[in-house]
Amino acid sequence: MQKISVVRIFMTLALILTSLNLAAKDTENKEKGGQVNTPEEMKAYRDHHLLDSHDFTLWSDGEKGTHVGFPLPVILWDNGLKVFSSSKFHHGETVAEVDGNYYKLYHSKIYKTDAEGTINYDEAHHATNAKPLDFSITKNVVSMLFIAIIMFFMFRGLAKSYKKNNGIPTGLGRFLEPLVVFVRDEIAIPNIGKKHHGKYMSFLLTTFFFIWLLNLLGMTPLAPNVTGNISVTFGLALLTFLITNLTANKNYWGHIFWMPGVPTFMKIVLAPIELLGVFIKPFSLMIRLYANMTAGHVVIMSIIGMMFLFKNWIGSPLSFGLAFALSILELLVAALQAYIFTMLSALYFGSANEEAHH
Amino acid sequence: MDKLINDFSFGLFFWQILLFVGLLLLLRKFAWKPILEAVNNREEGIKNALESAEAAKKEMQNLQADNERILNEARAERDGMLKEARQLKENMIADAKSEAQTEADKIVAQAQATIESEKKAAIADLKSQVAGLSVEIAEKVVRKELADKDKQLELVESMLGDVTLN
Repeated sequence: MQKISVVRIFMTLALILTSLNLAAKDTENKEKGGQVNTPEEMKAYRDHHLLDSHDFTLWSDGEKGTHVGFPLPVILWDNGLKVFSSSKFHHGETVAEVDGNYYKLYHSKIYKTDAEGTINYDEAHHATNAKPLDFSITKNVVSMLFIAIIMFFMFRGLAKSYKKNNGIPTGLGRFLEPLVVFVRDEIAIPNIGKKHHGKYMSFLLTTFFFIWLLNLLGMTPLAPNVTGNISVTFGLALLTFLITNLTANKNYWGHIFWMPGVPTFMKIVLAPIELLGVFIKPFSLMIRLYANMTAGHVVIMSIIGMMFLFKNWIGSPLSFGLAFALSILELLVAALQAYIFTMLSALYFGSANEEAHH
Repeated sequence: MDKLINDFSFGLFFWQILLFVGLLLLLRKFAWKPILEAVNNREEGIKNALESAEAAKKEMQNLQADNERILNEARAERDGMLKEARQLKENMIADAKSEAQTEADKIVAQAQATIESEKKAAIADLKSQVAGLSVEIAEKVVRKELADKDKQLELVESMLGDVTLN
């Protein structure tokens, strides 16, 4: 009985994948070259992977020029809302024509072009074409949506299980509850204090699990590099910045503009430095998460690439072993970066709520 | 830095903020609040249970100490009572003894007094009988003596001589 249901799941999966393949058929296109097997190609592939993408590619075959995956909706604001499927771009190879305007995908960005899709460059080889405001549902947005839905049902389940089981979690909740308690007891209370930590708990918990799960999702073969994207980390850091400064008390601002306990001259010198610190703190949050996750992806992809570069019986297994070890390290980093981001956010909230003790 | 600014996508930022804040608000209402509440309640419950267990233990100890004290008191009381009873018994015996002694003494004394008075009466009786007998004997002797007149006169003479007129 068990076996039959497993087979059924496999068949369903196969069916879904085939249908995706069919859906992707129209995006089939011949590409130059076969396998990604030269260092240059690998670097290009890796750099492309680190960027956001307008379609969800599961895998692609360079030789046949096929991409297996599904297109995502493109939403542009260019004198009016333009919504179309990303399949129109054919992975950047053709120009999409919408309402008489022409758009081209170039290095994961959408540029406005003429009918031939000409891209103009400046001296630094940057495209100078106009960029419409791009609100597309990209791969990263889909990943975040996916994680958001998973998180909602996971924690909704935990919350519900309390009512059902007389205050004791069941199932997955037994794993999740200690993590929630960890965020409260090891991150929020030590840094913010018992008195004020309550109002920040929602943000800290959401941030911790959001970053952690996105980091983990980035380690799956789907590998969307969401937390290694500067826009995402900027958004998270911006929220920390806003919450810190909007909930700060008088004492916090006093410490910035008129540091107590130092001579007047020092007060004047310290004020701009402290004010700069207000911005540097969340900025460091943004860069730290971005850099760590991007570096992790770069290193792992490079080492995986080395397997195909060596093509011999010593180098490839060695690379595989290294990739395996680094993947385990990245598992730790995934949790660690989520912890650090949350912990430092809590630290900043704590400083915003510190009581005067002079 | 240039790369960072170049990589920045406003659309992704917009969706990220929207998704994140939406998720935060939803989770706050449907997950974080009930979860933290339940955890807090449970922790409070455990704390209270521990505290009440501690209190019960203390009360138990108090109770035990009380019992011990009461038992000791009872024991002391019992000992006291026994002692008292023994004392009482001894007193009673002593009292009874002395009472009996005095009673006996009294009885003996009475008996002696009776004996004495009986003796006296007997003696008196004896005396009076002896006196009567002597008188009778004397009468009989006198009657024989006084059968003639001369002798009567002689007696009267001698008696009169005994009586001295003063």
